[in-house]
Amino acid sequence: MIQRFRENRRLQGLLLILPAMFVMVTLLVAPLTLTVITSFGQRDADGNVIYTFTLENYWRLMGFTESGWDDLYLRILLRSLWLAVQTTTIVILMAYPLAYFIARSPERRRNFLLFLVLVPLWTNFVIRIYAWVMILRGQGVLNSMLGGVAGLFNAPFQPLDLYPSQTAVLIGMVYEFLPFMILPIYTSLEKIEPNLYEAAADLYANAFRTFWRVTVPLSMPGIVAGTILTFIPVIGTFVVSDILGGRQVILVGNLVQRQFLDARNPPFGAAASIILLVMTLVLTLYYTRRFGLGEEIAAG
Amino acid sequence: MSSAKQSPWLALTAFLVYFFLYAPIIVLIVFSFNASRTNIVFEGVVNQGPCGPFYWYCELFKNRNVIEATRNTLIIAFTSTVVSTIIGTMAALALQRYDFFGKKTSETALYFPIVTPEIVMGIGILVLFSAVFGWINTALALAPGQRLTMGLGTVIVSHIAFSIPFVTLVVRARLHGFDNRLEEAAMDLGANEFTTFRKVTLPLIAPGVLAGAMLAFTLSLDDFIITFFTTGPGATTLPIYVYGLLRRIVTPEVNALSTIWILVVLTVVGISQWFQTRK
Repeated sequence: MIQRFRENRRLQGLLLILPAMFVMVTLLVAPLTLTVITSFGQRDADGNVIYTFTLENYWRLMGFTESGWDDLYLRILLRSLWLAVQTTTIVILMAYPLAYFIARSPERRRNFLLFLVLVPLWTNFVIRIYAWVMILRGQGVLNSMLGGVAGLFNAPFQPLDLYPSQTAVLIGMVYEFLPFMILPIYTSLEKIEPNLYEAAADLYANAFRTFWRVTVPLSMPGIVAGTILTFIPVIGTFVVSDILGGRQVILVGNLVQRQFLDARNPPFGAAASIILLVMTLVLTLYYTRRFGLGEEIAAG
Repeated sequence: MSSAKQSPWLALTAFLVYFFLYAPIIVLIVFSFNASRTNIVFEGVVNQGPCGPFYWYCELFKNRNVIEATRNTLIIAFTSTVVSTIIGTMAALALQRYDFFGKKTSETALYFPIVTPEIVMGIGILVLFSAVFGWINTALALAPGQRLTMGLGTVIVSHIAFSIPFVTLVVRARLHGFDNRLEEAAMDLGANEFTTFRKVTLPLIAPGVLAGAMLAFTLSLDDFIITFFTTGPGATTLPIYVYGLLRRIVTPEVNALSTIWILVVLTVVGISQWFQTRK
């Protein structure tokens, strides 16, 4: 019996995966199923869920309400998407030069330079946003510095009105997710064989051409991984917009959170949450099919 | 990649990005010595009480909420790291080295949480637990004191769930170039499975397991969204506590807290680096 178990590698594999699958079923599949069921439900006057089957919550999200057309929720969805696209683009543009710089530094210095990228991540997510409040608010660090500089030149100074605003939310998002783009891009750049550069040079490619035809294509896995690690959290978060946007900037995340905790309308919140999930999965699937799955995710 | 002569423009850009990364950290630390309680404008270095410039640090250690939140955060991080590292490593071994029924499905299931927005997972777990706890509480007609509620337990369980896929990913990457012949050699020399695992497999995958554990620990410490939806009375973590403060007045205590936090992490990382280079 024991001998047979030892030789049965299929059974061994199944036993090894079992605990992980148990956790995934109870804490991922079951919750999502229940969220879907809830999203078809209604609420009673006390905010309790009545399990029925109605598409009302989804219609409302799409803009069809009892009192006519209202695109409030559609605009929230689009705003979240647009903000995620903006954040990801800026993050790529900032992360690439730094990752490239680190990858081209002498080997003994690279680990330290990477370490410097990680340190800010060890403060806390919430605390990092709070630091931006201190910098961006009316009497904050940025305005005092700009005011000081203007004072030196006797120039008139109008304090910037950045907090709370959509720009502040964008800055906060970029800051939060920049390291998650730097690491995977670095990992893919570091793997590039130096010979390839020599080959490109031998074939008379100039620096610019080498960069576009050799470096960038070979670092695509890193960009793809970094995009997944940035885009998905940005589209689903409510903390950055809550703190840096005041109550003006409402994203899908804020919508979901408020329906559950303030408005006490779980079925509507569940529907919004399912729309968010479907949107994310469709985009991720399209993106990874188009550009390949970023194995560099492990590096982040 | 080879190290070539760097263009000065590239170096300047890199410097500016580093500056962007560090400006908030510097502001955080400087303002932890602020004389102003409201902490909006820097009004000089505080010099109050026996602690002098470290006034806010001393206030912090007197703050029971902070101490309790720190304790909760660490309990959650340690427990969820240990459990998710074990389960995640087992799953990585299974996926990388065994063939079994439902392998493809398990693989997809383990990728799913990585591409699911945290808020969706948080909401789902909240919906599940409140429904299940509701049924149990009514079915057993539990008295108010005995009712099942959200708390440390639900937070730990949720952290385990979102950490497992990341541990598996990191350990699998490590197992990628694993030479199966090493194990066969051990077995040929008469070692049983357990000895082989302990003396051959584990030491070889240990760096991957350690990296996975570090990642799980960091994710748990930093998590806000899932904790926010699964926490309950008596299970406030540091991120949740700070978020609560942000809606009222934030004294430099929070800055002192983050400064200590950075120093502790730097020390831990420094020690682990030292151990690694000493080997």
